[in-house]
Amino acid sequence: MTAPAVELTGVNKIFNQGRPGEVTALTGVDLTIARGEFIALIGPSGCGKSTLLRLVADLIAPSSGTVTVAGKPARKARLDQEYGIAFQQAGLFEWRTVRRNVELPLELRGQGRRERRARAEEMLELVGLADFARHYPAQLSGGMQQRVAIARALAVHPPLLLMDEPFGALDEMTRERLQDELLRICGTTGTSTIFVTHSIPEAVYLADRVVVMSPRPGRITGIVPIDLGERTETTRQSPGFFTGITKVRAALRGTEAAVGAER
Amino acid sequence: MRMIRTTLAAGLGLVAGVALWEGYKAVGDPQGTEILGVRLLPRASDAAMPHVLDILERFGRAELTGGDPIWTVVLAACLFTLRNVAVGFAAGGLVGLLLAVLMQRFRLAERGLLPYVILSQTVPLIALAPVIAGWGGRLQLGAYPWQPWMSVSVIAAYLAFFPVAVGALRGLQSPAPIAEELMRSYAAGWWRTLWKLRLPASTPYLFPALRLAGASAVVGAVVGEISTGTRGGIGRLIIEYSREATSDPAKVYTAMIGAALLGLAVAGVVALAELLLTRRTVVTS
Repeated sequence: MTAPAVELTGVNKIFNQGRPGEVTALTGVDLTIARGEFIALIGPSGCGKSTLLRLVADLIAPSSGTVTVAGKPARKARLDQEYGIAFQQAGLFEWRTVRRNVELPLELRGQGRRERRARAEEMLELVGLADFARHYPAQLSGGMQQRVAIARALAVHPPLLLMDEPFGALDEMTRERLQDELLRICGTTGTSTIFVTHSIPEAVYLADRVVVMSPRPGRITGIVPIDLGERTETTRQSPGFFTGITKVRAALRGTEAAVGAER
Repeated sequence: MRMIRTTLAAGLGLVAGVALWEGYKAVGDPQGTEILGVRLLPRASDAAMPHVLDILERFGRAELTGGDPIWTVVLAACLFTLRNVAVGFAAGGLVGLLLAVLMQRFRLAERGLLPYVILSQTVPLIALAPVIAGWGGRLQLGAYPWQPWMSVSVIAAYLAFFPVAVGALRGLQSPAPIAEELMRSYAAGWWRTLWKLRLPASTPYLFPALRLAGASAVVGAVVGEISTGTRGGIGRLIIEYSREATSDPAKVYTAMIGAALLGLAVAGVVALAELLLTRRTVVTS
């Protein structure tokens, strides 16, 4: 059980290989994520951060290199449901109640009805939506829907959580509240997390390490370790927080400069 | 509340239709209106447009002197046709759904089949019906010989499968890419994705298609009965009664109203199925 949560070695991803419209989405990606670690992926549009997340999720296959999740090949990890995933849109099934949405991954695992129900209610409790179990997604606000999506991603108690800009469409207040909730949940469950974001403060606030990426071709250009300790109400005003932001911003500028030089 | 409003609207529509009919009868030319030899407005005479009350009253009188009241004859004919419609609708719906699933599963099947699915509906039914009836005469289903009503059901199915195939395909393709990725992340195979995601997601497209298919099945059965010469159904009745149109103009309208009510009944059954299958107990907090 000492295998890292995620390990990418020499990963390249080329879309439309050998055809017109060939795009090198990722090149030479090496990244190791420890168990229980929170990683934020940040970078300008087209830097391949979503592609990287989809490679880990085995929703797409790398053109070369290896992706290992919990010591297994990514495909095996997907089939074993070693991860939960959440996207920018909640993507709830509108014909199912909130509780039955959270039950979906458990249902597909073949869990019994009673067990499923108990787990779903526990997860809804965790995201603070226990009272809305019998509502339909259309009756909830965007923030509440996103919390349901997170509950659904956590339902199988996955050792790894993959999140693709899950708070991107939310207002600032909801966003900060959900960030705290997410940290609390990951803290109590010991889940490793890869979190794709556009927002520098969000990356710094959430992550143990911020992975900075740059486009054309998509690659990792820097890793900024963040050491803020336990996040509290004062963290967002602390000097350490602003130092982190400055460092990430500088790393991102570096990629912009590199892109500028390329032109 | 919605139910009341729907019933009220339907009632108003009926009243408006009757008012239009009687209104035109009152002001229209009994010989119709012609301009330069082209008839623009129909004859308003009693022979061409009997009074609504006369038609309703005709339901109560005997079909032939001394026979059963006409409403029982029309009802029996409708029930006879209903069986053909039901079999045709079920078979057509099933074929349409299977075609849609096949076309969703295989891109190639969609490219190869869809043009023919559309082409199938451009063949005139009048030309096709005798051919189907002719084939049927030479068929044998195990120990059972082919029955004429089966040809009628085949024609009904031929019309009914089309809206289902097109509507269901659209519905099966409707889930957002992230919903499909989600199912993939759960290691759900094609069958389970179909069952848990595609089929439930297709219902907003499927049920309107089924309603269309129900109406098409009725039209198919009526036309099928007429063109295959099957006795006992409402289609046959329309033909028989129309021959008496000059002496008893209200009679043919009873059969036509019967056919229309049959269509409404089928649409009602589909609507009921939709209500039961997509019912959501909405909780308000």
